[in-house]
Amino acid sequence: MLRKIHGLPGLFAAIFLMTLAVTGAILSLVPAMDRAATLIPAAGEVSVAELAGRVVDHYPGAEQIVRGASGGVIVYYNRDGQPGADLVNPLTGEGMAPYEPSAFFIWIKDLHRSFLLDSPGRMLAGLMAVVMLLVCISGTLLLVRRTGGWRALLRPFTGSGSTRIHAELARFAILGLLLSALTGGYMSALRFGLLPEPPETGPTFPAEVSGGQPAPVATLAALSDIDLGELRELVFPYPDDRQDAYSLTTSEGAGFVDQATGELLKFQPRAAASVFQKWMVRLHTGEGLWWLGLVLGATALTVPALSLTGITVWWRRRRSSAQLANNVSISRADAIILVGSENNATWGFARELQSGLNKAGIQVHCSEMNALAETYPQASMLFILTSTYGDGDAPASARRFMSRLAYFRGGETLRYAVLGFGDKQFSTFCQFALEVDAALAAKGLSRIHKIELIDRCSGTQFNQWGGRISELIGRPLSLSYEPLPPATVTLELVERADYGVAVQAPTSILRFRQSRLGRSWWQAFFKASRGSLPDFEAGDLLGVMPPGGHSPRLYSLASSTSDGVIEICVRKQPDGLCSGFLHQLKRGDRIEGFIRQNPGFRPAVGSAPVILIGAGAGIGPLTGFIRKNTRRNPMFLYWGGRSPQSDFLYQPELGCYLEDHRLTGLNTAFSRSVEHAYVQDKLMEDQVAVRQMIERGAQILVCGGRGMASGVRLVLDEIVRPLRIDVETLRSRGQYLEDVY
Amino acid sequence: MKMFLFALGLAIAVPGMAQAREVTFTTQLLKYRGDGAYVALYLTDAAGRYEKTLWVAGKKSKYYKHLSGWARGSGLDPAEYDGIAGASVTSGRTLKVTLDLDDALIDKGYVVRVDTAVEDKRDHRAEVAVPLTSDGSGKPVAGDGYVRSFRYDF
Repeated sequence: MLRKIHGLPGLFAAIFLMTLAVTGAILSLVPAMDRAATLIPAAGEVSVAELAGRVVDHYPGAEQIVRGASGGVIVYYNRDGQPGADLVNPLTGEGMAPYEPSAFFIWIKDLHRSFLLDSPGRMLAGLMAVVMLLVCISGTLLLVRRTGGWRALLRPFTGSGSTRIHAELARFAILGLLLSALTGGYMSALRFGLLPEPPETGPTFPAEVSGGQPAPVATLAALSDIDLGELRELVFPYPDDRQDAYSLTTSEGAGFVDQATGELLKFQPRAAASVFQKWMVRLHTGEGLWWLGLVLGATALTVPALSLTGITVWWRRRRSSAQLANNVSISRADAIILVGSENNATWGFARELQSGLNKAGIQVHCSEMNALAETYPQASMLFILTSTYGDGDAPASARRFMSRLAYFRGGETLRYAVLGFGDKQFSTFCQFALEVDAALAAKGLSRIHKIELIDRCSGTQFNQWGGRISELIGRPLSLSYEPLPPATVTLELVERADYGVAVQAPTSILRFRQSRLGRSWWQAFFKASRGSLPDFEAGDLLGVMPPGGHSPRLYSLASSTSDGVIEICVRKQPDGLCSGFLHQLKRGDRIEGFIRQNPGFRPAVGSAPVILIGAGAGIGPLTGFIRKNTRRNPMFLYWGGRSPQSDFLYQPELGCYLEDHRLTGLNTAFSRSVEHAYVQDKLMEDQVAVRQMIERGAQILVCGGRGMASGVRLVLDEIVRPLRIDVETLRSRGQYLEDVY
Repeated sequence: MKMFLFALGLAIAVPGMAQAREVTFTTQLLKYRGDGAYVALYLTDAAGRYEKTLWVAGKKSKYYKHLSGWARGSGLDPAEYDGIAGASVTSGRTLKVTLDLDDALIDKGYVVRVDTAVEDKRDHRAEVAVPLTSDGSGKPVAGDGYVRSFRYDF
């Protein structure tokens, strides 16, 4: 529901919202430009009487002096019957330039508040403010639900692609957008009488004026008492009309000044309601608050990007939830598949399971978990495939599952199996799936098979699970889940450096370039967008297709696009299909590969220290991070190898980085040297320093094998215990990231 | 009153009875950049003292103070403009108002004045000020603000 409230209005209103946002951003420059063009005397330096006197010296036909919110002083005058308006120097009263509101900005303003359509357009703009408010609020709630709490909004986000961009931009802009929408909606509601408008007619003309000989304006007592900073507007009396008076508006209120006695007549302070209204307008336009204007303008500029990424996310979700073929009705199905999915990734697996069961001659009904029926009369198998949302919550298509489960009657024959999908990087890995599994057991149902958890949509794990299910149900079930094959490009090995052979840990640094061979100029021209690699950074992944049509293997990248090469560090695994293939490559050999973004493993921007921990080939991306550290933030590397003589990967490079301070400290541990140490030992030795850095917000990035990573976690738990936190706390704060294999 | 005269089919001057005349005020605005103009048409006596409001274009009373000559005279008392206010006049458009005016106001030194104001632009007090006379009927005059031409006909 929340998602619909967020998505539908956003979708329909996108064009209008983008127009409002872009014009708003342009208008936000006005207060700053006005301010820059204005000379502002210090408070107490110039009184209204002084200013008016000086202005009259230069403009004998002055009719009105207006001081804008940005401090600019404008005089409206009549010279030889010709009306005019000039911007004047507040110190001298001299004209600086003719005052002519910019036609461009008037047009933009008109587009902004009425889409150039006058009253109906204004109504539409007001409606858009309400839509914006709705989208902001629902979006915030969605984000809270996704990240797992209000405090999580302040921490680094995980995820990638459009969803990530959408969330990051929204977080940056939300307060500005809320303020703009709220104040804009308020102004619109006032205009259309939906809110009571403060009566602001000002005082009526005084019944009695002295009618005496007018005194020079510079001598009028009431005007001498008022600082220029408080002036809004001073209207001169009609020439030669002794019954007329000056009418004066200040930030405090409005009244009249007798042109003979200089006495203040009938001054009426501004009502609280009108002060409030003025503030709402200022908060919307940034009038007199140029810095706020610029901030609001910047946040408004995110709206087009938010709209486009929002539409992308919506479209992708819609496309992958397309209708399933071969779905039989509940009453005829032998097997039921229920899917819990937030972004529809899980549906791909459900489809594969369904077609596998169909091939085995089993009638299947597949639907979302929210559609749990009260009973499935024919079915003997219930498969639940679900992801987990945010901090252990149900994903969108399973949100009502638990409440519906109360009314569910399983029957004698129905058995179930739950398959959870998630990402081990999160502390609440597959939390919801575990809860569902337990809830079904508590309901008295028996399992076909214990719950299994699939990490990062692993097709291999899923297919193996299919094999086990097949045995348990005694039916041939062969699953071969293939995510859409990624588009690959041909890469050519240009350089390699080999280490570690002497210590039985052959590890190579391989550098590739995109192969230009076999592409004529016109192919290069026409396929430029399709056949070239996207931008990547150290820590992203290179997918390599091993020969023989096997599924791709992923390697952490040690280089970024700007380095000009694609660099990976690969340890040859015993019987490793892909690592073996890579290790036998000679210079000039070519492979097929693709880039997969991995934004969840990257040092945070900022100046907090970064502690890099790795072992063996895990040093690849860590070296890439150091190479990129041109801002010389404190960066420490703990790395473990076997022997300083044989497998000290990147030894010369690391030396250079230490020298030019991209790397602050290097601490190595070698397991087959005399000291016989592991990287954990080195961390423990430095525990005081490490703890202090963590306290100061240091970020820890770990890369390497699983065994090393769990050892490091144990040691870190030990180190941070005095702070009354553990690694999981750090992980949830985004202070602990790992990339393990 | 007028209907009554037409019903008789002839115009008889009834002694002692106030005579009214139908007067059309035509105010054509210049083309300018900006929002609709607020316009006040009102009568003053020869000394410039406010007599009565003829028409106010523009509905938001909070902007009325910018029609300063009229605002001063009328005291912005809603009773002064109830029923004789309408929409603001956009750039280049013409405001045409027809009213029954007491004969006693014509050729007696009364002056028609026009105040105008546009958002974010200058106010013009009495940018038009013409005596209401039989001779002046049908003769356009130019304003020195947003009014391109103003005339009255009877």
